[in-house]
Amino acid sequence: MKELIARLKKQFKITDEVYQKPDQTYITVPQEQAVALVTHLRDYEGFNHLVLLTAVDWIEENLFQLIYLLNNNDFKADLGVRVMIDRHEATMTSIHHLWKAAATYQRELKEMFGIDFPGSPRVDEPFILEGWDNIPPYRRDFDTKKYSEETYFPRPGRTTHDPAEYMKKKLYPED
Amino acid sequence: MKEEFEKRIVTGPDGKQFEVDPMKDYFCEDRPQVHQPNSNTVIEKFMNWARSESLWILGFGTGCGAIEMRPLMTPRFDAYRYGIQWRPTPRQANVFVISGYLSVKTLKRVVRSYEQMQGPKYVVGLGSCTINGGMYWDSYNTINRLDYYLPVDIYIAGCMPRPESLLAGFEQLKKMIKAGECEGQNKYAENFDWYKANQKKIIKDWDMPDYNW
Amino acid sequence: MDFKPIQILYALWSFSIILNIGLVLQGIVRKIGARVGRRYGIRFYQPYIDIVKNYSLRSSITHGVMFYLGPVFRLTGGMGVYFFTPIIYGSVYFGNFSFAGDIVLVLYFIFFGSLGMALGAGEGGHPYSAIGVGRGLAQVTAAEIPLVMAIIGVAMHYESLSVTEIVAAQQGGIMNWTLMTNPLITILGLIAFLGAMMRSPFDVVLAPQEIPIGPPTEYHSSFLGVMQTNRSVFPMAKTVLFVNIFFGGATNWAAMILKIFLLYMWPVVVGVVFPRFRVDQSIRWWYKYALPLGVVAILVTQYF
Repeated sequence: MKELIARLKKQFKITDEVYQKPDQTYITVPQEQAVALVTHLRDYEGFNHLVLLTAVDWIEENLFQLIYLLNNNDFKADLGVRVMIDRHEATMTSIHHLWKAAATYQRELKEMFGIDFPGSPRVDEPFILEGWDNIPPYRRDFDTKKYSEETYFPRPGRTTHDPAEYMKKKLYPED
Repeated sequence: MKEEFEKRIVTGPDGKQFEVDPMKDYFCEDRPQVHQPNSNTVIEKFMNWARSESLWILGFGTGCGAIEMRPLMTPRFDAYRYGIQWRPTPRQANVFVISGYLSVKTLKRVVRSYEQMQGPKYVVGLGSCTINGGMYWDSYNTINRLDYYLPVDIYIAGCMPRPESLLAGFEQLKKMIKAGECEGQNKYAENFDWYKANQKKIIKDWDMPDYNW
Repeated sequence: MDFKPIQILYALWSFSIILNIGLVLQGIVRKIGARVGRRYGIRFYQPYIDIVKNYSLRSSITHGVMFYLGPVFRLTGGMGVYFFTPIIYGSVYFGNFSFAGDIVLVLYFIFFGSLGMALGAGEGGHPYSAIGVGRGLAQVTAAEIPLVMAIIGVAMHYESLSVTEIVAAQQGGIMNWTLMTNPLITILGLIAFLGAMMRSPFDVVLAPQEIPIGPPTEYHSSFLGVMQTNRSVFPMAKTVLFVNIFFGGATNWAAMILKIFLLYMWPVVVGVVFPRFRVDQSIRWWYKYALPLGVVAILVTQYF
């Protein structure tokens, strides 16, 4: 895997690399090189399976992190390509021409995070939230608890215990 | 509103053009009616006995609890011996088991299916999620209290309850039906506006008639 | 045979008997099916409760006139078959309305129910109903030809179109039954019986797993109750007809019930053993095997 990263480094500007497990590696590239890198990995390095495409909200840094997780069946390894994009103008180049399944992931990201993928098929249609009119729910500035309490008529009388304290009291009541 | 529900001009097979308004033409606008029990108590008791001994469940798994219903059909639990059967269409079913968490998107389908069932009909809330939201109590798209949207006859608590508790719940439901306590359909018809307001509060792309039967 | 008004009462009395036999047999058969699958199974009187339940539902909705008439036509088909078949040979009370050409009328009634059901289910407007009706009519048409051939073969064999005369010719011991005097046509009849009984492997019309319940998708409460009533009467009527023309009829109820039970077990055993045909497979099966057998049987009956 390290040889592969070294090879990639000659062509692409890889800013960070994480060797998570023997078969799982993450590399970070700038936004403008991401699609080129993914295409290169698919066409020349045998990473021809898109495992998933997901996002992380780094609200403190004002960034979204997109993760393209690719799998190479020949040496049974995953390679995650991380891309940091701006949180306010969350737009990314679509990769639906590489994998058709990517269009569904992009539709979901558009709905849950508000990341736009111009040109992706049906990206503007609602995916699972029908008629959602709030900010996208997976963004971290969306308060699900507050929203739930305002919308779904919470039943009063719900109490919360700290699991550690509660079990201690339950198992060793003398102490 | 979806495109297929909008008013449009259609050309018929004979070349004539006519206007179609799906919301008016394809659906009925009537509200649900209250059906009083039979005034003769002996007949009503007999009918209630028949209704309780022949529970036809709508085969609609709304959440994770649908898994608990499958074992009831197998040799180990075999709910058929208690007169419990599954029907594939809402028209023929009498019992709606809301199995576990209910997301807003599913609630829309649930409301439609529930309104298509013919009364007297019963709703069983399975699992904690239908009572107070359970482990999804602070989720952005699962409801917390089922009884705000549908008239619930009986809850079966647990997360998830075992198939045995489901059987015990059905036995309890039978007792309640025999005692004439399960008038959920009439409750729904009487408080129709309240139920509709609650449903419409969370189902934001309401593209069906108010009462679709 | 001249008609007396009291016959109506007799016919209704025999109808109520056959309805109960049908319901009990339905429950027993479902119990057998469950036991084959190692389940305890329903209570044998469950079909009664289901029918009472369906008739006692408070609300029902309609989709139009044909939707009303569908179950009525279906029940008419079942009762028509039953009322024009003599039940007990030589009995004044249970001869029903059989007359000289009843076998032709009965054949018509067997198909009548399916057509009425098709119209009614079509007006229900559910896509699954339409699929069920399409499959049902295709399969019933394919299965009807061997059935008609078997019955016409029997009529040729006895040179009579009256069920009573056919039964009369078979009296006097098992050696006089059509089963013994013309085995080929009996085999054809038994095969056609499988198709007429709507059981596996020819039950793709209802197909509860693939198209929810088929034609009756939209039917509910008392509409469904009428159809359930028919579901116990119609197979019984067909069984009685087959007992009459192939297995020597019966001179008392005990013999009749025994023969009904044994003949009814035939499609049940086949259904428990064999899985369901797809509609194209079943139509192909009818045309490939049953139809040539029918032609051969008729030729043999005519010339040997």
